[in-house]
Amino acid sequence: MTAVGISKGNGSVWRVAQPQTRDVIRSRWLVFYFVFFLLATEGMIRFTGGDAKALLSMSNIVLFVVPFVTLVYGTVYLYGSREFIELLLAQPIKRSTLFAGLYLGLTLPLVTALVAGMSLPFIFHGFSSQMETVTLLVMLAGTAALTAAFTAIAFFIALRFDDRLTGLGVGMAIWLALGLLYDGLLLVVVMLMPDRAIEKTLLAVTLANPIDLVRIALLMRFDVSAVMGYTGAVFRSFFSDTVGIAIIVAAMAAWIALPLSSGFLAFKRKDF
Amino acid sequence: MIRIAGLRKRFGQLEVLQGVDATFAAGRVTALVGPNAAGKTTLIKSILGLTRPDSGSITVNDSVVNGDVSYRRRIGYMPQIARFPGNLTGAELLSMLETLRTDVTSPDRRLIETFGLEPELDKQLRTLSGGTKQKLNAVAAFLFSPDVLILDEPTAGLDPRASSTLKDRILADRAAGRTFIVTSHVMAELEEVADDVIFLADGQVRFSGSLEGLKKTTRQVNLERAIAELMTRGKVA
Repeated sequence: MTAVGISKGNGSVWRVAQPQTRDVIRSRWLVFYFVFFLLATEGMIRFTGGDAKALLSMSNIVLFVVPFVTLVYGTVYLYGSREFIELLLAQPIKRSTLFAGLYLGLTLPLVTALVAGMSLPFIFHGFSSQMETVTLLVMLAGTAALTAAFTAIAFFIALRFDDRLTGLGVGMAIWLALGLLYDGLLLVVVMLMPDRAIEKTLLAVTLANPIDLVRIALLMRFDVSAVMGYTGAVFRSFFSDTVGIAIIVAAMAAWIALPLSSGFLAFKRKDF
Repeated sequence: MIRIAGLRKRFGQLEVLQGVDATFAAGRVTALVGPNAAGKTTLIKSILGLTRPDSGSITVNDSVVNGDVSYRRRIGYMPQIARFPGNLTGAELLSMLETLRTDVTSPDRRLIETFGLEPELDKQLRTLSGGTKQKLNAVAAFLFSPDVLILDEPTAGLDPRASSTLKDRILADRAAGRTFIVTSHVMAELEEVADDVIFLADGQVRFSGSLEGLKKTTRQVNLERAIAELMTRGKVA
């Protein structure tokens, strides 16, 4: 249903997304965001010689920052665009087209900033190993997917809660829960229930956290279960690389599709 | 022409529109007035399709408002608050709106000239003053030569000269057969442009008719006093 709406009005989607992309790219926050990735990557290459494991340690910061910035910037931007969205809705344009345009117009610049920020230093210094190149690609794909998922969550929040403070609070709660509390809570649960059968349940639960999914995708390339966190270690013990990656990609796609379709339904039904 | 029949809308406990029947006549300027929270904005947003009514019907120039978007080609809307993407320029904003209207080949940019907006168009919108943004807001509403114009507090924030310019434009376009719905808190201003008045209170139409007729029924000399009289009567009843 959504797909039909978008494909019919492809041109119109871009007519909304293009100026919005331009607006977001010119914002100071996005420039900071780009510079942050640029400096972090450049520093990492200079201080460690840029081997693949150093890239891995950088991913810990990145996996922390990307969901946070995407959620905060996304919700704040959407709350600030409320009146403009109303003006656009008064034009002869379908809600599905407008929604797709707004979503792309916010996701594209965020993805561009982090992809450019992380790859430019590598392009400048050159890649030292194939391992490093592939790890960087996994990292770029993973963080781009995370951005797509958390932008969708930001849309859902901004459409569902009219009050911006409530919206920001919900966003923060989601970020804290997925980014910080999740692995710790799992560990507590496991310690309380020392039963081998629990591992299968845990596995399913791991798929329910997009940040963990990207972390596992990165760590599966190394034999470093020690830094994988508990969920990562369990995951590793169950799946081969190919099946594991397939499952991660599918779960990640669901993490983009679910909030996006809920956000779209909320947008379609909303009284502005 | 816009016809509203039996329009109802409820937000939670609050019934904002309680069966509104109204007609906005073609080629005339209708002032939509009423106290705060009377339902003016909800009525306007229902006509634009921003808000979906619970029941009742809206007809704009013979097309029923039912989710299809094409009827909006003939509507220009000037929202109360002019808030645009801050990092775009005025020129970029207008060209964005123009690309959304594939059917309009030559946009009507006359207001840019009359407002003297040309030098402001290349500045980023966040650097513009409230008045300048409001002028741009007006330009956007008139851009596509619409048959119907819905102006929500159009002169708020405009200096006397720009405000007069806009009112002149409203009167000129009315003479050309366009239909206007205008809201304002300044009754003296509405009196200058309005032919008809629809008075909304507590989600119902309490008066609908010509400005002259309103003054006669209330035996008042101007719109402000006539509306004040309606509000007093409403409380007594």
